[in-house]
Amino acid sequence: MSNNPLSRFFGWFFHRSRGDSPFKTLMIHATLIVACIIAVYPVLRVVTISLRPNDTLLTTDLRIIPENATLDNYKEVLFGDPEKNRQSDFFLWIWNSISVVAVTSVISVILAAISAYAFSRFRFPGREAGLVFLLTTQMIPAGMLLLPLFIMIAKLKMINTSLGLIIAYAVTSVPLTIWTLKGYYDTIPVDLEEAALIDGASRVTVFTKIILPLSTPALAIAFLFSFMGGWSEYLVARVVLQKNEIFTWPLGIFTFAQQFTVSWGQFAAASVLIAIPVMALFLYSSKWLISGLTLGSVKG
Amino acid sequence: MASVTYKNVFKKFGDLMIIKDLNIQVEDKEFLVLVGPSGCGKTTALRLLAGLEEITDGQIIIGDRVVNDVAPKDRDIAMVFQSYALYPHLSVYDNMAFGLKLRKTPKEEIKRRVGDAAEILGITDLLQRKPRQLSGGQRQRVAVGRAIVREPKVFLFDEPLSNLDAKLRVQMRAEISKLHQRLQTTFIYVTHDQTEAMTMASRIAVINKGKLLQLDTPQNLYDYPNNLFVAGFIGSPAMNFFPAKLVKEGDKMLVDTGDFKVAIPDKHAAPYKSMDGKSVVFGIRPENIHDPEFAPQNILAEKITSKVDVTELMGNETLLYLVSGKNSYVGRVDPRSKLRVSDSAAMIFDMDKFHIFDAETENAIR
Ligand SMILES: Nc1ncnc2c1ncn2[C@@H]1O[C@H](COP(=O)(O)OP(=O)(O)OP(=O)(O)O)[C@@H](O)[C@H]1O
Ligand SMILES: [Mg+2]
Repeated sequence: MSNNPLSRFFGWFFHRSRGDSPFKTLMIHATLIVACIIAVYPVLRVVTISLRPNDTLLTTDLRIIPENATLDNYKEVLFGDPEKNRQSDFFLWIWNSISVVAVTSVISVILAAISAYAFSRFRFPGREAGLVFLLTTQMIPAGMLLLPLFIMIAKLKMINTSLGLIIAYAVTSVPLTIWTLKGYYDTIPVDLEEAALIDGASRVTVFTKIILPLSTPALAIAFLFSFMGGWSEYLVARVVLQKNEIFTWPLGIFTFAQQFTVSWGQFAAASVLIAIPVMALFLYSSKWLISGLTLGSVKG
Repeated sequence: MASVTYKNVFKKFGDLMIIKDLNIQVEDKEFLVLVGPSGCGKTTALRLLAGLEEITDGQIIIGDRVVNDVAPKDRDIAMVFQSYALYPHLSVYDNMAFGLKLRKTPKEEIKRRVGDAAEILGITDLLQRKPRQLSGGQRQRVAVGRAIVREPKVFLFDEPLSNLDAKLRVQMRAEISKLHQRLQTTFIYVTHDQTEAMTMASRIAVINKGKLLQLDTPQNLYDYPNNLFVAGFIGSPAMNFFPAKLVKEGDKMLVDTGDFKVAIPDKHAAPYKSMDGKSVVFGIRPENIHDPEFAPQNILAEKITSKVDVTELMGNETLLYLVSGKNSYVGRVDPRSKLRVSDSAAMIFDMDKFHIFDAETENAIR
């Protein structure tokens, strides 16, 4: 092999693992490249739109950074428009979203961590049925649950409160979280618990001192999934919240889409700004995600 | 320090009776080994004692307290698991200190006890490591260490050596025996390895299919097995068995295997006098079979003409796999033996050391 950078690049690019044929390698890469383009293109378009000076949604221009690119849209989203005497609620929405989603995730992880332990370790009447039932709740599309959710929250007199939204989110995320955590608990050898029981621990101590510390990767995953689930949720929030002060960001950015004019530039800029923290969180937690998605058994 | 008693203990899993009427009295400071084939219920018996399973019927007594309804943590026992069950997220020190911390032992005291135990087991250098950074043998020591810092009344071991290689196993065997002498505490030790049982136990309980077959010192178990199973299980290579009939010829009792007949020496014949025609199993251990050339003097010898099938030279002894008619058996002979494959010889059976079992009940007749 020559050492020129180009051939090294191709060598790396078409690196054949497990002795796959060149054709297979080519097909795999082609598929991956197409998939990447499909995934990334819309995001790039949003970035482009956010940089355009006026609210033109459709152009034939394919450049990512448009001619006469400007950050005006970002400024306006973040700080409002003093000329039109309009204040920005952007930070408020973000704060609302973070608080609602964080509280939701904490509640659902706590609830799920405890109930998953029972499902994993105890044999009680209704255990199997309970597990299946939890799973079936995940098969009902969110739209179908909208009306019943609204009615229940209304009966609780929690329409238009953050608490109402938190409860709505928690009930939808707990079942999946239970399954995730139960799956993880199942891989923790019972021996460890029995050793602790003999060592002098009660069931509760076993749970807090052995099971929970060993489950941190799974708990982190559960928290993250629950967080991601709530973060970009629109439908339920739309139904529960009606006051601007408690809007979460998905509701908030739709205020850019007013009756007659749609500020696509600001809409896009807000979307990009929101994506950044989520991406950061994802990158930061990718280590956990990967170790968590391949959650293996705990070896002593 | 306490005695342990199983009193008519039964254990059922679903409809399956796993432990059947177990009665064992373990004396204070004794080293009792529970031995038996895989699946016979040894682990279950130990878990019942530890309180990890509930007993179906009967009583378990530790010291003078019936512990049927006592939680594991209040039974004052420590257990070493086959898998070691070290807490993966805690350092070796914290693994060993775990039980003491839960019992609110003063910090200084914990430090001293963990230090002492680590000293005894030679793991002082490992205290800051995590279990996954240890070898199998080191984990095993930590597991033992975690048990001894608690200074319990009774130690339970469930096949603690089965995951170690042969050499380490022999070494740990000796160390556990030493530990027992040093701690002067009741040890109950489960294994399916009869060598482990023979070398470590002060008494051995042989269990099969959930039943206690015999409970005695290693030597008595070896010399006087109560039944066919114990006779075959204890000793390696195993005792030779020949299906046979007792026959009376003149005033002599003979064992007739169909291929050969051996006379029961007069001084041992009393129990068999009235058993003419009875179906029995005749048993003799490999070391009581000799090469005619090197047979000791003054033994009650019977000559059995046999053909050598396989030889295993061990250096300090030679194992001969022999065939006589439709019977095959093993002899453990003098290493100077010149017998080789396909040779025929009149092998010497030492008739002072035979066993006879009832073919039907499988119990020893003596
Ligand atoms: N929780 C359980 N539920 C149902 N059956 C069980 C349970 N635990 C053990 N058994 C059964 O009880 C029998 C005895 O099991 P046990 O673990 O005591 O055997 P063991 O003598 O320790 O064997 P080994 O030498 O293989 O460890 C086995 O047939 C096993 O299948
Ligand atoms: Mg076992």
